[in-house]
Amino acid sequence: MNQTAIHIEQLTVAYQAVPVLWQVGLNIQKGKRTAIIGPNGAGKSTLIKSILGLMTPLTGEVDFSVKDGEWSEYKSIKKSVAYVPQKSSVDWDFPTIVLDVVVMGRYGHLGWFKRPGKKDMALAEEMLVKVGMHSFKDRQISQLSGGQRQRVFLARALVQQAEIYLLDEPLAGVDMKSEKVIMELLEELSSAGKTVIVVHHDLQTVKEYFDEVVFLNREVVAAGSVATTFTEDIIEETYRKDHSVAERVDQL
Amino acid sequence: MIEQLTSLLSDYTFQLVALGTGFLGLLSGVIGTYATLRKESLLGDALSHAALPGIAIGFLFIGRKEWIVLMIGAAVSGLFATFLIQWMSRKNVVKFDSALSLILSSFFGLGLVLLTYIQDQPNANQAGLDNFIYGQASSMLLSDVRMISIIGIVLLVLVGVFWKEFKVFTFDPVFAQTAGFSSSILQFLLSTMMVLVIILGLESVGVILMSALVIGPSVAARQWTDRLSGVMGLAGVFGFFSGVIGTILSSLGKQIPTGPTIVLVMSVFVVFSLFFAPNRGLIRKYISQKKQQQMYKKQMEGKKEGKEYAG
Repeated sequence: MNQTAIHIEQLTVAYQAVPVLWQVGLNIQKGKRTAIIGPNGAGKSTLIKSILGLMTPLTGEVDFSVKDGEWSEYKSIKKSVAYVPQKSSVDWDFPTIVLDVVVMGRYGHLGWFKRPGKKDMALAEEMLVKVGMHSFKDRQISQLSGGQRQRVFLARALVQQAEIYLLDEPLAGVDMKSEKVIMELLEELSSAGKTVIVVHHDLQTVKEYFDEVVFLNREVVAAGSVATTFTEDIIEETYRKDHSVAERVDQL
Repeated sequence: MIEQLTSLLSDYTFQLVALGTGFLGLLSGVIGTYATLRKESLLGDALSHAALPGIAIGFLFIGRKEWIVLMIGAAVSGLFATFLIQWMSRKNVVKFDSALSLILSSFFGLGLVLLTYIQDQPNANQAGLDNFIYGQASSMLLSDVRMISIIGIVLLVLVGVFWKEFKVFTFDPVFAQTAGFSSSILQFLLSTMMVLVIILGLESVGVILMSALVIGPSVAARQWTDRLSGVMGLAGVFGFFSGVIGTILSSLGKQIPTGPTIVLVMSVFVVFSLFFAPNRGLIRKYISQKKQQQMYKKQMEGKKEGKEYAG
């Protein structure tokens, strides 16, 4: 039973004049954990941001299937998509506490002006228990270690109770315990039928942690199940091949 | 001295002015908290300096000091300058810091040239226009205080209404966008609020020092608390007292502009907070660092001795 959660077609994205993603076509499987693998500057984060509508592509489109058989644009299913940015993307000296950050995950459901209520608070506390951070709930966020920060971000995504989870390098600079907690939760999500997409940098752990893999280097080098696609040849091709898109454009 | 102070404090005009600058300081502290947390303090600096030519041009247009016209002039030229700075650094024409100091000083220079030109004109209406440089709160009228209060209350209500939205946008703008809060709307609101506060303060604090009043209170407040509401409230309190005490000091002396005294009082708050705050203060940090070092030293010595005995 293979269902597609996200369908990406002919996606080309450029920063100013430089194309970063070149005609990316992908089907992300529903209820699976998909790793996006590729060298630095391969456009992994850009791909995530394009899926989230944070960047306007030159061409191509991204469609989502949250309910069976219905295809929609990002805008109409926004609430069903949770995003965990790189933890370096925010200022951790911001004057707020752990519980507050997690409650922010409810803001999307609340919409404009409505304040979080008891239910939202309870849910945030529940998810903090899940990521093993409940005893830290009143801590100022600057006091957390890298792994703890990442777990707080994951809890913020969990309270969104989404169908699709996009994580940008959640294991970068994270301790062993946090890595274990994060990956167990992602497995739990996918067994509950949620779709999990992770930008991943550690080739050693792909087989252990993921079902599907996408090799990306400006374009899709290969995509498929880890069992069949995660091979020496493809890894080498992804990291070796000169994928300078600018040259490809010249050839056209 | 004491007599002078009591007669000053019971003076109606003084009370009015002190109330005006106090409320202005409160607003600067509250709204400025967003600017410092978003690391946009320098843009506030550019905005206020660059307001000067707008004030002068506004005056040249109508030939008298019509508050609303001067303020519109100030807003337009301040916003135009910040737009230029952001555009220059985004297009990689020059780096952000160079663009900032270039635009800030050239706009300010233009403002000074225009003001000097106006002062040479045989137009009696121009008297007091140079107050905009260093600020002169004593020129504040009841109508000015009323204006500050009305705009101020609107701004405070906006902060309350958009509390959750401003908070998430200030902490993590990308996440706020994915949660469905339009960053262009929030960005626009926050910038407009910032511009309004700076403009309100131009006459009493002056274009040179207004940005300090926007930045300072929240920097001091951040030292004492780890909650956004706490920082904002305390910044408001620091701002309020900077305004009131600064106005008292400026009125006691002869012809001291209010801007500098207000900012000096605020600097006292900042310096005190940086040194003496209970958890984040420099003194506390120094002591705990020393303690830590002592502890390591002892441990090392203990090990050394142990080794010597063993050897």
